[in-house]
Amino acid sequence: MHILVCIKQVPDSAQIRVHPVTNTIMRQGVPAIVNPYDLYALEEALRLKDRYRARVTVLCMGPPQAEAALRKALAFGADEAILLTDRAFAGADTLATSYALSAAIRQVHQGLPVDLVFAGKQTIDGDTAQVGPGIATRLDMQLLTYVSKIVSLDLTAREIVVHRRSEGGVQVLKTRLPALITVLEGINEMRFASLTDMFRAERHRLTIWSKDDAHIEDVTKIGLKGSPTAVSKVFAPTPTNRRAEIIETQSGQPVDLAATLVAKLLSRHPDVA
Amino acid sequence: RAQKLDERLAGYKGVWVFVEYERGQVHPVSWELLGEGRKLADALKVELAAVLLGPPDGAVRGFCDQAIHYGADLCYLACHPVLKDYRNAPYSAVLTELVNRYCPEILLLGATTLGRDLAGSVATTLKTGLTADCTGLAIDPENRGLAATRPTFGGSLLCTIVTLNYRPQMATIRPRVMAMPSADAGRTGRVIEHPVTFLEESIITKVLEFIPDDRAAEANLPFADIIVSGGRGMKRQENFRLIQDLARVLGAEVGASRPVIQAGWVGADRQVGQSGKTVRPRLYIAAGISGAVQHRVGMDKSDVIIAINEDANAPIFDFAHYGIVGNAMTILPALTQAFTEHLRARKQAC
Ligand SMILES: Cc1cc2nc3c(=O)[nH]c(=O)nc-3n(C[C@H](O)[C@H](O)[C@H](O)COP(=O)(O)OP(=O)(O)OC[C@H]3O[C@@H](n4cnc5c(N)ncnc54)[C@H](O)[C@@H]3O)c2cc1C
Ligand SMILES: Cc1cc2nc3c(=O)[nH]c(=O)nc-3n(C[C@H](O)[C@H](O)[C@H](O)COP(=O)(O)OP(=O)(O)OC[C@H]3O[C@@H](n4cnc5c(N)ncnc54)[C@H](O)[C@@H]3O)c2cc1C
Repeated sequence: MHILVCIKQVPDSAQIRVHPVTNTIMRQGVPAIVNPYDLYALEEALRLKDRYRARVTVLCMGPPQAEAALRKALAFGADEAILLTDRAFAGADTLATSYALSAAIRQVHQGLPVDLVFAGKQTIDGDTAQVGPGIATRLDMQLLTYVSKIVSLDLTAREIVVHRRSEGGVQVLKTRLPALITVLEGINEMRFASLTDMFRAERHRLTIWSKDDAHIEDVTKIGLKGSPTAVSKVFAPTPTNRRAEIIETQSGQPVDLAATLVAKLLSRHPDVA
Repeated sequence: RAQKLDERLAGYKGVWVFVEYERGQVHPVSWELLGEGRKLADALKVELAAVLLGPPDGAVRGFCDQAIHYGADLCYLACHPVLKDYRNAPYSAVLTELVNRYCPEILLLGATTLGRDLAGSVATTLKTGLTADCTGLAIDPENRGLAATRPTFGGSLLCTIVTLNYRPQMATIRPRVMAMPSADAGRTGRVIEHPVTFLEESIITKVLEFIPDDRAAEANLPFADIIVSGGRGMKRQENFRLIQDLARVLGAEVGASRPVIQAGWVGADRQVGQSGKTVRPRLYIAAGISGAVQHRVGMDKSDVIIAINEDANAPIFDFAHYGIVGNAMTILPALTQAFTEHLRARKQAC
């Protein structure tokens, strides 16, 4: 079995600050990390590898620095890593991203057929959750999103049963391979990288593909040109001109503060409680 | 990159809202979107259509009327046994067919697990733009285009995204971001039935079972009338009892900021904010919450916000309506007491 995992390198959003005056994002010094949701996808693939002796290939589209994300995946136990990198990919929206990634997956498939593709639920920067469905649609694979559990995998019948989170409950779905699965956070707990794998990851030769290597000929489908959406403006939320009315009383005692607040609230907004 | 719209694309007319029907119910976000879609359609002077897919039973058909009451001029209806439960392949195929046949200029869906799954596939097949998780929609009067606004970088900034020379312009919108419109039972409209021809045998993915959530245990924050939330300032899990006591008296749901979820004091379904739930209750009480943007974007549409924080400079006081500066551990019991007394007095008066 061959499993491909899509991982994206993202800025660690917990450390992003917005410049208070210019409203621009201050990226300097913000560390890049593997999109946290993608680690759940990777771990799920590695668990299948352990059980079925599958081969796990990780794929990342991004600038040359995104190599670090792939090395991290190798350290956890992935077998192969492909960095899809080309100036022509810059400025891609989700439609152009899924085009490039699916072209690369087709190329991988030529070498060794891909049975399962894993992706994260969404990223923490673009945060659209659109790339997984996009890839599945382009490759005509069965799409299983928001998967909270892989119940069974039958390699002979090429069938997989999963739990998919939906509104108000869980759908138990059965489908045939090849399929694309996006996993929910919390589906598993990431393993620790072994020392051997860490060394192996350091020495491993990544496969680096340009658009030509991925056999992408039509440049109108990738990067900025291939993106139907465009950001027309970025701005700060309008501050409310509000400033909370701070409740004060002579005693300053909790009992008096609470009584004053409740009386005020219920006389001005009688229907809130 | 501003261009004049292709002649072929200029033929795309009308605003569509995908109405999310599952197991006898419509997700309320669909009605919220019809309310918002009405405004867009009026600005464009075009019709607003609802699109409803489901199994061939009376319930689905009944929702066509409801969609019209909420503002639709017409409803496209596709009923077939293959559409009984949501599955990506048949739903995407039918929605894509409808779009290709009737050519709407705008297509809106809820940013739910169903809506995001469906929208992502349909936009890819149609090769058009899709803006995710929007919080604001407007029509640019200059080019009749959809300007879709969404928070970025955890809500600290907003960005407006347009879809250039592609139609339809697609967007998903989070539940509870748009106001619920009021239904007008007097409104009438057309229902256009769309035939579905494919067979169950041609669909690879099968639904074996649906396991409903345990409703009793589950929080329903997005639709709660009152929410009492606690943050890291509550210090310890035991102190969350004070939040629960106040919630009980008010008949409220308990909410929390992300650090509280991470510490495991309450379940993940109670997180309010950017990566949790968007809420818009009549009353939101926040104790020991600083008011970081990621929390704020999930709750600042609440009608009345009360903040309790020991730091008078906490950002939450910049958007709360009422504040008490003090220790939540002593203020919360006093509030519980004061509300109990007021509510009792009110009951006696009735
Ligand atoms: C603030 C902001 C807002 C944006 N809004 C939109 C929008 O509304 N519509 C739109 O079309 N584009 C939007 N984009 C562009 C979008 O982020 C990029 O297209 C991006 O390349 C992929 O989308 P995503 O990050 O949302 O991924 P998601 O769709 O959230 O990612 C899902 C999964 O796909 C895989 N994946 C995604 N990207 C890669 C990659 N480069 N390499 C390998 N695997 C990957 C990962 O497994 C990931 O977990 C936005 C970008 C930013 C920065
Ligand atoms: C990508 C991303 C997504 C995120 N999503 C969310 C989200 O969905 N929801 C969310 O909430 N956060 C989210 N966060 C986290 C967010 O940035 C803040 O860190 C978080 O909201 C802070 O929680 P808090 O207010 O409880 O804690 P703190 O910021 O630590 O604030 C605690 C407050 O309690 C006050 N306090 C302390 N002791 C007392 C006392 N005895 N009595 C009264 N007040 C007291 C303090 O003055 C302080 O203001 C996200 C962050 C990122 C990076």
